[in-house]
Amino acid sequence: MTHPLAPPPKKNPQKRSVSPTRPPEVRSRAALHLTAAAAEGRFALQRCAECGKVQYPPRDACSACLSTDLPWQDMAPGGTLIAETTVQTSPRLYFRERMPWRAGTVQLDAGPTVLAHIHGDVARHARVRVVARLDQAGQGVLVALPETDTPNMEDDPLMRALSADPKHRRVLITDARSAQAPALARALKQAGAAIIFAGEPESWRPYPQRAELQALGVEILPMDVTDTASVQKLAGEIGGKTDILINTARFLRPGGVLDRGDTGFARDELEVNYLGLMRLAQAFGPGMCARAADGVNAAAAWVNLLSVGALSNARPFGAYSASQAGAYSLSQSLRAEFRPSGLRVMNVFFGPTEEDDWYQPLPPPRVTALALARSVVDGLQRGLEDVWCGDIAQDLRDRFRRDPKVLEREMTLGGEGA
Amino acid sequence: MARPASYEGVALVAPFSTPYQRYSIDTAHHWIATALRGSLQAAGLKPAELDGFSVSSFTLFPDTAVGLTQHLGLCPRWLDHIPMGGASAGVALRRAARAIQAGDAEIIACVAGDTNHIDSFRQLLSSFSRFAMDASYPYGYGGPNASFALLTDRYMTEYGATREDFGRLCVAQRDNALKNPNAVMKKPLTMQQYLDARPIAEPIALFDCVMPCAGAEAFLVMSEERAQSLGLPYARLAAAIERHNAHADDPIQLRGGWTMDVDVLWDQAGMGPQEMNLVQTYDDYPVISMMQIEDLGFCAKGEGPAYLRNKDLTISGDFPHNTSGGQLSAGQAGAAGGFIGMVEAIRQVTGQAGGTQVPDAERALVSGFGMINFDRGLCSSAAVLTTGARA
Repeated sequence: MTHPLAPPPKKNPQKRSVSPTRPPEVRSRAALHLTAAAAEGRFALQRCAECGKVQYPPRDACSACLSTDLPWQDMAPGGTLIAETTVQTSPRLYFRERMPWRAGTVQLDAGPTVLAHIHGDVARHARVRVVARLDQAGQGVLVALPETDTPNMEDDPLMRALSADPKHRRVLITDARSAQAPALARALKQAGAAIIFAGEPESWRPYPQRAELQALGVEILPMDVTDTASVQKLAGEIGGKTDILINTARFLRPGGVLDRGDTGFARDELEVNYLGLMRLAQAFGPGMCARAADGVNAAAAWVNLLSVGALSNARPFGAYSASQAGAYSLSQSLRAEFRPSGLRVMNVFFGPTEEDDWYQPLPPPRVTALALARSVVDGLQRGLEDVWCGDIAQDLRDRFRRDPKVLEREMTLGGEGA
Repeated sequence: MARPASYEGVALVAPFSTPYQRYSIDTAHHWIATALRGSLQAAGLKPAELDGFSVSSFTLFPDTAVGLTQHLGLCPRWLDHIPMGGASAGVALRRAARAIQAGDAEIIACVAGDTNHIDSFRQLLSSFSRFAMDASYPYGYGGPNASFALLTDRYMTEYGATREDFGRLCVAQRDNALKNPNAVMKKPLTMQQYLDARPIAEPIALFDCVMPCAGAEAFLVMSEERAQSLGLPYARLAAAIERHNAHADDPIQLRGGWTMDVDVLWDQAGMGPQEMNLVQTYDDYPVISMMQIEDLGFCAKGEGPAYLRNKDLTISGDFPHNTSGGQLSAGQAGAAGGFIGMVEAIRQVTGQAGGTQVPDAERALVSGFGMINFDRGLCSSAAVLTTGARA
């Protein structure tokens, strides 16, 4: 049984922070599909379109019939642990620092045999459930879990490294005024976050959820993502103890190009949604990267809340969608820049929200703050990179993947005029 | 399978092993040149008389056998590069023997060698194979220790083998190595020391693992007439097999490719396993030696441990095995690990083995196994050697 994680003691400021090391990152192009599925929490393998044989390791041609048509499909997670070892020595620094390391051979019900990380609660020769997770190199790996959940199983050091679990971690919500902030703070607290900070712009201006945040014990601190000095000041104060940063700052107005007539709102959208993200990353990013191997409450994840309009422009929020596309693209750059440290970037995509007034004229369905908060926490607990919250986000994702041009044409209808 | 044509008329001569070194500041080129020179000198030949060259090495990069011809000043009309690790010697020999029979070459040197710098084993691992990179290293990066630990674990579960069963192989080989001045390991090993050794990747412990080192091995292949005219002791090749990626659907490796070809081997040799005076198995880990003894017909699958419990595996015993100490005690000089058994077997059946000589050895089985591409060794080879002319 997994020993429950204790809250870490206060950090000794004279002690050197451990430099982040990483498991191997290099993969073949074919193997990146396993990573792509793991980024959304799915376990997929190749199944030959012609003969049906499931392949592993990832291949470029079927090992039964030489077909090169090998689509990736979600697989049944069941399997049996048929052999195992506990590695006590490795030339790779990342594993050397984490010895002993349990690995084993799992015969999948789906056919092939895979090598997998083995959760500490799995018994010898037991039935297991295989999941795909992203490791600290940001690559998909297979993990054999006990067939049914065991107490505190998420506290196993292996699972800790394969997630960004908020438990015992300190979280910064960048904009306390966001309509989603209270639900998010509540969900994080329930998930065991040690401290929740929230940045507050324009403190002189009252807003309804401030009392709610205070009641939840959130530490509200001044910060405006459009003001570089205020971002740097807060980073100076709490950057060294920010383990998870959730960027809730958002400027939202309807309108495309012609319906606005000037660039005023567009400038605000860019200041908050795009440059705000950049300011936050420049102020908090380096410190978080440096603390990505800092024990139980190491810096673990950077979370962006993004409109699914970032994928394909969503009228009537045309200009806002453009700022979200910019933020999405910037998040991909951040991912690349954070990779060497193992700090994760998780993007949570969602459609129109219930709590934001500006969506009032749109038909349902909407995403509630509660649903969004649950998605964020679940994504952190499973170490995801891409989370699609709500029906609209999932629908647009599927249509985008089917054919981005067809989706664009659907999203840019001119309407039946005269 | 039909019986392949005989390897008659082919002679294996001039076995040469360099001393092994734990770490070397020299290159693979240096080690290969040293072994090639040693073999040619033993045969009284000059490099220009060589017209065939076969190379096995992991650390030649960026060179291959091609680059080596210019580097070493060779001008062969037959050239081969065998990247098959532990199965290299058997495969190199098969090809060279056919080239001699067909007249494509008259004197072929088969050489394997590698260097071992402080960090070269780690670097070799990191670029070993695509499947290992995608599907094995990310899981603890235990290298071959972890891969073979899994096979050993399954073998023990399946057949009830104990650590003592594997220890018996290791202890006997250390005894043999003490008679081989080239071996890296110089101290005796007791069963208790074997059992008490620190775990490396359970159930594998320290003395189940080979010591990566630098070194090279070489021998020459020519016609019997040529060997006789040069007045050289030589071995004959009675039979040889190779196989790759056998039993791909076995969930985990408990048998190797030998099982597919073992009947052909003994049929072609015209003799059986019990007639062998000594056996050289590929011993990167003792479980693999056990597998070869089973798969090459000494006993049934899973009965290796019981079969060996009643045998004395030392040079003077009733089942002389890995007489030079094998890789486990002489060291694993990269691809030369695939040659160590072959070169020692040639010495044995030609009466040139010195301190490790098995008295009156006339028939030897040499087996090879190589390349853990993902979860199992893919290449297997085996050869039966007999005495042609004794020293």
